[in-house]
Amino acid sequence: MTQADFYSILPILTILLWALVLLVADLWIPKERKSMTALLAAVGLAVGVGLSLSQVGQTALTFKGMLMLDNFAVFLNIIFLVSGILAIALSYDYLKRMGIERGEYYVLLMFSIAGMMLLSQAYNLIVVFLAIEFLSIPLYILAGFARPRLESEEAALKYFLLGTFSSGFLLYGIALIFGATRSTGLEGIMASLSGGETNMVLFVAGAALMLVGFGFKVAVAPFHEWAPDVYQGSPTPASAFMAVSVKAAGFAVLLRIFLTAFPTLAQQLMPVAWGVAALTMLVGNVLAINQTNLKRLLAYSSIAHAGYLMMAFVSASNPAQTGQAVSAMLYYLVAYGLTTFGAWAVVVSLEQAEGKGLELEDYAGVGQKYPWLGAAMLVFMLSLSGIPLTIGFWGKFFLFRTTVEAGFTSLALVGLFTSLVSVFYYLRVVVYMFMRPGEPRVRRDGWLSLVAVGAAVAVVLLSVLPSRLLDIAAQAVLRLQ
Amino acid sequence: MNFGIHPLLLVTFFPLVGVLVILFFKTQQKIAIRWTALATSLVTFGISLWMLAQFQPGTAGMQLELRVPWLRLDGLAIDFYLGVDGLSILMVLLTALLTPIAILSTWSAVEDRVKGFMIFFLLLEVGMTGVFLALDLVLFYVFWEFTLIPMYFLIGIWGGERRIYAAVKFFLFTMAGSLLMLLAILVIGFQTGTFAWSDLLEKRELFAAAQTWLFLAFGLAFAIKVPMFPLHTWLPDAHVEAPTAGSVILAGVLLKMGAYGFLRFNLPLFPEATVKFAPYMAILAIIGIIYGAAVSYAQKDMKKLVAYSSVSHLGFVVLGTFALTAQSVSGSVLQMVNHGLSTGALFLIVGMLYERRHTREMSAFGGVWKVVPVMGALMLVVTLSSMGLPGLNGFVGEFTILLGSFGSQALGSPWFAGVATLGVILAAVYLLVMFEKVFLGPVKVEANLTLKDLNVREIVTLVPLLILIFWIGLYPQPFFNLINPSVENLVSMVSSALLAAH
Repeated sequence: MTQADFYSILPILTILLWALVLLVADLWIPKERKSMTALLAAVGLAVGVGLSLSQVGQTALTFKGMLMLDNFAVFLNIIFLVSGILAIALSYDYLKRMGIERGEYYVLLMFSIAGMMLLSQAYNLIVVFLAIEFLSIPLYILAGFARPRLESEEAALKYFLLGTFSSGFLLYGIALIFGATRSTGLEGIMASLSGGETNMVLFVAGAALMLVGFGFKVAVAPFHEWAPDVYQGSPTPASAFMAVSVKAAGFAVLLRIFLTAFPTLAQQLMPVAWGVAALTMLVGNVLAINQTNLKRLLAYSSIAHAGYLMMAFVSASNPAQTGQAVSAMLYYLVAYGLTTFGAWAVVVSLEQAEGKGLELEDYAGVGQKYPWLGAAMLVFMLSLSGIPLTIGFWGKFFLFRTTVEAGFTSLALVGLFTSLVSVFYYLRVVVYMFMRPGEPRVRRDGWLSLVAVGAAVAVVLLSVLPSRLLDIAAQAVLRLQ
Repeated sequence: MNFGIHPLLLVTFFPLVGVLVILFFKTQQKIAIRWTALATSLVTFGISLWMLAQFQPGTAGMQLELRVPWLRLDGLAIDFYLGVDGLSILMVLLTALLTPIAILSTWSAVEDRVKGFMIFFLLLEVGMTGVFLALDLVLFYVFWEFTLIPMYFLIGIWGGERRIYAAVKFFLFTMAGSLLMLLAILVIGFQTGTFAWSDLLEKRELFAAAQTWLFLAFGLAFAIKVPMFPLHTWLPDAHVEAPTAGSVILAGVLLKMGAYGFLRFNLPLFPEATVKFAPYMAILAIIGIIYGAAVSYAQKDMKKLVAYSSVSHLGFVVLGTFALTAQSVSGSVLQMVNHGLSTGALFLIVGMLYERRHTREMSAFGGVWKVVPVMGALMLVVTLSSMGLPGLNGFVGEFTILLGSFGSQALGSPWFAGVATLGVILAAVYLLVMFEKVFLGPVKVEANLTLKDLNVREIVTLVPLLILIFWIGLYPQPFFNLINPSVENLVSMVSSALLAAH
């Protein structure tokens, strides 16, 4: 391993070692002081953020072409790490309150993040597969962490079965592509494609199978069915983490592979991606209308947002728009992630033991009794529906812009109409919070409030000054081609 | 120009100062909150007068422009761009005038959650003023959508029984229109590389080919807001359920945003499409005039009657806009102000009656002039103004519109104006019937014998409106002086397209 190799995975290594040490150290941390573990995990992730920041602007192909370090990867790594820190902030009080506080929770979270970081840097299909397993297995456990609650076990089992099923698709796709191109490295695949020695039938079949595998991971229709059950059953902070970072990781690798290695294929698969995007937006938003459980509502909303992200993927198939589409997607990911974490923080603060406190009725009166919390949730709901003066508006604005400019106006129309539908169910939450009388029970916790109010302030402030973040997102893209 | 004291920036964002102050009050300090809100809106009105003092009435173009880059990205330039001209200045003044009046009207009507009410009200003022001043399409869209949120809460929290239904309907209707507008804005931005209104005027050729669709996309958003027949169904619900102050602002200002949008964007940016669609828009406007009047006549609830009368009155505004003569367009702009004044006053008086009796059914009243003579007299003036009696403001606006539409080349037939004139007669019918049922005749219901007449606060809320009703009715020239240069400029832009078409 050369020094450059070592340096390119330094943040991943740090997180991994930190997690391993923490796993052992946790044995000596007394049961009533598990906050130490949470704090140590958060510090580890913060160190990871620092190390990742030091990698900004560097481009290196390491480990003999297995891994790629570029701004794209660094940008995503920072998203993963920050969402890990936010997830810890949501979890700390929640785990204690629900009586499921165990040190492994934080360690598993860190393992999963390490897997995601590896995925965002993966430049070889085998590494892609390994990284996906590496990030998923800790999540299967996290989903079942609230055992012996039945829903949690159900969530874990469902997630595990469908997860392995999708991994099967992925692996089969990789095998076919290897058969077609005699390589699993993206460089080798590109060389084979440009050399014209590829068996195109095998290749297209392989790519399509991989698309199915990733489709499961990011929960786009028609591979979305698992998401609501899993998000509902998992411990709420874990659901928040999955809704944000797994989606980000899935789309990262989707972009990396399909735009770097299969650029010619991107255009052939475009109609498929178009259909998936439109279907996902429709299904996610329409099914969300009837949900009365907040966790399920947010789950369907996250499916819908995967559809919007898919729109960027479709636009990226137009070579003239690739750069812009990728930066729009990264921007959207940040906007979505920030807003989603805030919304889940509000859900966590209202959730009671045994899965109570999650129905819309339980939100009645929140706006009146807890105006700050209500205002924060209002901001998140508006941001998720894409109404101005929230970062969600700019997310949609850039996304629709790139879609229109890439020539997919009809897809943008689908997006617009489904976001009109989404306004309805996001407003329903607002209606309950502000316009129905009630006696809500809210858990007061400093970290939770900090995440909720902090995210709300960020969502509004970043919308007044949207350009800085977009500049960063734009730079994150340059090295992709 | 000094950024910090730019009049347009100040007039738009000053209400935020009040919002900040109110946030520090406790919920129980209702009186302090009310006074703070009132003082803030009065200062804002003062600032709007200061803006008027700096305005040059004789010039047609944009004045007091403020343009700073807001967002710069490859191929994308969004500006924070404000400016005022003859089309918008009266709207800004109207907003600044109606807000304190509406706030004053809530003194005894809103007792519940006063803090939130005032915060939303001041935020609404920011949004509305911003809509009238924004000259960058994206900035305009941001303000346009932003006005939805406070109004949604005003209806949904402080409204009547079916408030939630009305609030959600209001939100979804407006949103449905504006999403298409967003798409149109994106398309324009893509084809020209700019969103600034003045640059778009110069680069009009770049999107001229797509203007039919762009006109329709913008037009839908504005037509829903105006509202034009058949997109008006959200309006009666919103009006009836909204609290009085909300209705005043809704009728007085929010509906004007739609009519203003036609004038500011559709006419100058898509002139050929405007000429093409003008007769159809006029037909819808006339249907609205007659239909609104007919439905008004059938109402038993006073507030519903006034709400449907808005559909009818705004029909005149749209007719004048698409008659595309300098006279008719000027009349439209003035009629927007007139409608704000007289319908605002009507809603206020209906609200005052409701506060006293907790009903708005006309059958619950009758003969109350004898009991409340001051209210009766003021109501008579306002009613006459709304139906367009000569000497009061409504006449000036409607007459100018009809005169301008009569010889309109764009409409191509005097029949449009002829049929619309029927609307004036119908307005007299339904408004006088309401007045007669409520104020004239013998007192039929015993509870009305003890009605209290207007108190000083209520008179103060109505007097400014009445002064303007008489002023515009008797001497409208200063108002036309403000409007005319910009309107003539606008009409000349469209008329070249008109000449080419005929």
